[in-house]
Amino acid sequence: MADEKKIAAYICRGCELGARLDTDQLANIAQREGKARVVQQHDFLCSEEGVQLIRNDIDNEGVTHAVVAACSRRAKTAAFSLEDVAVIRTNLREGVIWAQPDSEENREITQEMADDYVRMGCAEARFVTRPAANSEAGSSKIILVVGGGISGMTAAQEISKAGYSVILVEKQGQLGGWAGRLWKRTPGKEPFADPEDTKIAQMVQSIEEDDRISVHLNATVGRTSGAPGQFSVDISTASGSTVTENAGAIIQASGFENFDASQLPEMGFGKSPNVVDQAGLELLAKEADGKRIKRPSDGKEVESVVFVQCAGQRSDKEGELSYCSGHCCNTSIKQAMYFKDANPEIETAIIYNDLRTPGNGEDFYRNAQRKRVTFTKGEVSSVETGGSDLEVRFKDLILDEVTSLSADLVVLATGQVPNSGVDVEAELEAETAENDGNQAGSKQEESLSVSVAVESILNLDYRQGADLPHLQHGFSDSHFICFPYESRRTGIYACGPVRRPMDIAQATEDATGAALKAIQAAENAALGRAAHPRSGDLSFPSFRKEGCTQCKRCTVECPFGAINEDDAGYPLFNEGRCRRCGTCMGSCPVRVISFENYSIDTVGQQLKSVDVPDEFEEKPRILVLACENDAYPALDMAARNGNHYSAYVRVIPVRCLGSVNDIWVKDALNCGYDGIVLMGCKKGDDYQCHFVKGSEMAHYRMSKIDDTLQQLQLEAERVSTLEVEITDIRRAPQLLNDFVDQINEIGLSPFRF
Amino acid sequence: MGSTNTAKVDRYKNNFLKEVEENVEEGDWVRMCMQCGVCAGSCPLGPHWDHPPQEIFMMIRAGKRDEVLASDSMWMCTSCYNCIVRCPRELPITHIMHGLANYAHRLGVAHQENPTRRFAQMFWNNVTKTGRANELKISLGLYFMDGFMNGIKKSLAMKKIGIGMFMTGRLDPFGLVQGRGCKGSGDIDKMLKKAFEIEDHRKGYNS
Ligand code: SF4
Ligand code: SF4
Ligand code: SF4
Repeated sequence: MADEKKIAAYICRGCELGARLDTDQLANIAQREGKARVVQQHDFLCSEEGVQLIRNDIDNEGVTHAVVAACSRRAKTAAFSLEDVAVIRTNLREGVIWAQPDSEENREITQEMADDYVRMGCAEARFVTRPAANSEAGSSKIILVVGGGISGMTAAQEISKAGYSVILVEKQGQLGGWAGRLWKRTPGKEPFADPEDTKIAQMVQSIEEDDRISVHLNATVGRTSGAPGQFSVDISTASGSTVTENAGAIIQASGFENFDASQLPEMGFGKSPNVVDQAGLELLAKEADGKRIKRPSDGKEVESVVFVQCAGQRSDKEGELSYCSGHCCNTSIKQAMYFKDANPEIETAIIYNDLRTPGNGEDFYRNAQRKRVTFTKGEVSSVETGGSDLEVRFKDLILDEVTSLSADLVVLATGQVPNSGVDVEAELEAETAENDGNQAGSKQEESLSVSVAVESILNLDYRQGADLPHLQHGFSDSHFICFPYESRRTGIYACGPVRRPMDIAQATEDATGAALKAIQAAENAALGRAAHPRSGDLSFPSFRKEGCTQCKRCTVECPFGAINEDDAGYPLFNEGRCRRCGTCMGSCPVRVISFENYSIDTVGQQLKSVDVPDEFEEKPRILVLACENDAYPALDMAARNGNHYSAYVRVIPVRCLGSVNDIWVKDALNCGYDGIVLMGCKKGDDYQCHFVKGSEMAHYRMSKIDDTLQQLQLEAERVSTLEVEITDIRRAPQLLNDFVDQINEIGLSPFRF
Repeated sequence: MGSTNTAKVDRYKNNFLKEVEENVEEGDWVRMCMQCGVCAGSCPLGPHWDHPPQEIFMMIRAGKRDEVLASDSMWMCTSCYNCIVRCPRELPITHIMHGLANYAHRLGVAHQENPTRRFAQMFWNNVTKTGRANELKISLGLYFMDGFMNGIKKSLAMKKIGIGMFMTGRLDPFGLVQGRGCKGSGDIDKMLKKAFEIEDHRKGYNS
């Protein structure tokens, strides 16, 4: 223990803490066992006077570590955020008195709980140092936007409006993307009744006139290296020249390609020029420019048109899209209006299975009905191109019969295929498979063939691969459930149809969100602080070189690609990219990775400091390692709502379940804990884990803990890994209570002494 | 209009829909149906007829003119209004059903055997003759609708109620031969004639 450390403990008696707990006893424990050199009690610690009490000790007594034994770390954050010292919050309110019923028979075990939390707080304090900011921070606040469609242009404009500079890179010779190729767009304003002007031309013009936005046309990103605040990006143009620019954060708005309709031969695409996809119809509409649309084969004015929804989408056929692209129903409605508005006598039928009109599409749909667009629920089997007219064969699902209808023109509503670059994970797996010399690679080839672009978008110079990892169906990874735009590459945000299918209105919103995220990331990076979700955190991981065995586990398991290897094979932490989740710390078998304020010891010493009663007392002790993002708040809120849970649990918040190192579990078992619960976020494709892979890693690691249990001759049921959501304020306490019951059934740990 | 099930070219085109819009009471609502099926699930008569409202509306849009007009569906509607209160698109379904019945009837293509339709005709004849409904005639007409023997059976079954009504002066047995009319029933005739004339002229019927 370093000499200059001076720990003080402050015990609050407010919020009924004084009435429910023997605070003198707590003070005693802090002093005797916790080695706090200053111990104070106060009736209202978060008041100005209470905080002043702490301040005085810092100023006059040289206190460096303040253990605040009061409410949860999630409450009164402003009052207790004291500069210059490390603050350790000990949760006596939500964690103890609110979690326990106020009854005589519970008094003793409630007090024991509080005693332990004070011991734990002081133990943590002994091993925590106040972190300083990353000194190698880059300070570029320019934002690079890749893709000049509606998403990219919106992002660029929003960033510029916020006062930041933008570099906008577009592959094509002009801005606008798909939106620029539309004759009109689906309405974005009240009364959502008629197609509207896309206003792309005005948007392009205002971007060109914007001093803060520099546009590179016919350009791609040749190489991206660095980290938030200091990305270095090579922009290559078609002419062969390359410029290198710095950027603080990156937005990937690379959009989508249309599904290739020639893969639907039964729909007549390619057989007759009168079968077009929606993009094809936009082209015809642009030509007609408000006049009658002509059919391509002979220029005859179209008198009847049929729209086939979900063409090659929401399909389980090989090579077709299994998902819904979300915009196409509204798009067909809009295109049907192109005809009806030119001449209401033109027969327009939309054959759909489920008409999905997100946003304000319902009003738009209604108006199309008013215009006598015929909507019919059916399943199209084929489009016959033999005669002069097209014949659409389908099953009417309402009238339950197979029928057909004739048309001059058929429009196929095909879907969006993300332009998301290389599937880095599939590549990595294929590589591994190749190295292993087995045939598992063939599966990967299949999944690779589904994505259209094999060219990389970002050409990241990362050991983890050239692009953002993909989630489902080849869409770029984004924190789909909780934090859209967030990706596994810090400071790089995906927005628009590259991360999920969407229409113009949604893409606009998406781009605005991503713009704000990118600015925030650049600002945080410049201050040497972490990005979301530990936004503002100054700590970062370091490792003890002497102990490192170069096993590479940290490099592989870091979800954010923040660790490279140096020439000698040691991990090379890239602090700008690090999100401070601690997954590397959890992965390290020799435990050499730590943060100043979060380490193997800060948690290990806490769990060791708990007073495990001897076996005759029949009081089990359960260690709960709860994710601070969702599980811990859920328990706090449960207690606030009067949902009590067992007084035998001792909860320690962790940054992410991924940061849980096996040693904590082993130590806890050796100390005589009867059971251990890991509580984290949902894993899998619809993950809620704030650090994407942390919860998954923890589940994986814990599945291997059985060996340890066996060695110790303990039952496998003593360690449990659970998934909870932040809203589980009934379920989370119930899970704990169930676990305690289960432990009572198995019996107490034989390791007590 | 085509006589057989609409010619191929007319399928899912607007012809019949427009005909309905022009001629059927509240017919211009038909295009607004979104095929959710709530009316079909709400109608107490649903299981007893050819097509629930949802299907009738889709058939109109699919151009199935003959099948729609000859259907017994709209005759089965009891005006319970379940569908109207539940339709998320607020279609006046009940009114459309009656409008369709009326239109099919005026065209002379309505369902022939449907008892509701026959009863409706009987009621109309009864009430327009004197300007006042003759309950005895209506009920007897209803009993004897399906033949003489059936009529006797039904009348006998209702005997007790009939006697009770007679005793309390609610039933006039002479009504059978000499029903009570209203003043100037000849004028009613004239009014109705004029009304038919106007309607025929407006809608182009040649009844
Ligand atoms: S695992 Fe987490 S804490 Fe470790 S380097 Fe990666 S992002 Fe940072
Ligand atoms: S009003 Fe007629 S159509 Fe509507 S639910 Fe009642 S019986 Fe059925
Ligand atoms: S409830 Fe209304 S919208 Fe739904 S099927 Fe019936 S008429 Fe159509």
